[in-house]
Amino acid sequence: MSTFTFLIIGKNDNPLYEIEFPITVQKKETYVLQYIAHGSLDIVEEHVWKSNNMYLKIIDKFNKVQISSFVTAGHIKFLLLHEKKDEDAIKNFFVEVHDLYLKILLNPFYEYNKPITSTAFDAKVRKIGTKYF
Amino acid sequence: MSKKYDKLGNDVFNKVEKINSELFTLTYGALVTQLIKDYEDIEQVNIKLEQMGYNIGIRLIEEFLAKSGIGRCSDFIETAEVIAKVGFKMFLGVNAHVGDWDANRKEFHLTIEDNPLIDFVELPDQYKHKLYYSNILCGVMRGALEMVQMKVKCTFVKCTLSDDSTSEIKVVLEEVLSDMIPVGYD
Repeated sequence: MSTFTFLIIGKNDNPLYEIEFPITVQKKETYVLQYIAHGSLDIVEEHVWKSNNMYLKIIDKFNKVQISSFVTAGHIKFLLLHEKKDEDAIKNFFVEVHDLYLKILLNPFYEYNKPITSTAFDAKVRKIGTKYF
Repeated sequence: MSKKYDKLGNDVFNKVEKINSELFTLTYGALVTQLIKDYEDIEQVNIKLEQMGYNIGIRLIEEFLAKSGIGRCSDFIETAEVIAKVGFKMFLGVNAHVGDWDANRKEFHLTIEDNPLIDFVELPDQYKHKLYYSNILCGVMRGALEMVQMKVKCTFVKCTLSDDSTSEIKVVLEEVLSDMIPVGYD
């Protein structure tokens, strides 16, 4: 069964949020995935300036793991590590999470570029995630 | 009586100038978070917000009376209806309900439906049940009513931000101030 790992990375490559789908799967080898994600950040930076879209599609591969990314106007990076290729679902997932992220930004108690601790955000991302993956 | 004010509230709301609600919400959010940074003590922040509201209220009542054309209310029950149906509608564009009157008709609860001040806001856990985020509204009501000879005390009893199901303000009429006669006129 293939898993999806979703990460939000801040402006200075600091992690803001992380979740895995399907949620029931026991966490394992997370550090490997983090390592892969970290390694792809530079490639994201390269792609950002080549495209007008926020959704950058698959930008990197590491063995079986493919990395899709989405970069907001404020240079917050959304990364998704996946094994199956399903661009439509991934794109829709990114767009919906982006909407949620915008709401979080409008919350006066959330500081820009700080980890997202909101439980409401977490619950909604889980819902979107289970819908697509 | 309530119907009449419902309609009046809508009429006045259609007449007054509007501003972008996101700008309004974000401005208020920035204000509250700045107060928290400056005072560090949540109790102080509640007090400050109330005082700011008071200063708004004593001015706003003039505008309110001028635009709505409402005259003197016959009793406190009518006053409550006017605040809920016309006042809140006119300035915030929301509906509020009056309920839970006490036996002496001197105390009621005002329930606010979708308060625009708290759009997008999510209180961090350490502020829940401590910070009354929309406390400025209490001050506005106190200030406005004081200018029409009613001394009231307003407190937030429930807030949706602190996981309550509704936002409720308790309003208590403490005394009706007598019109002051200037010295030498009696």
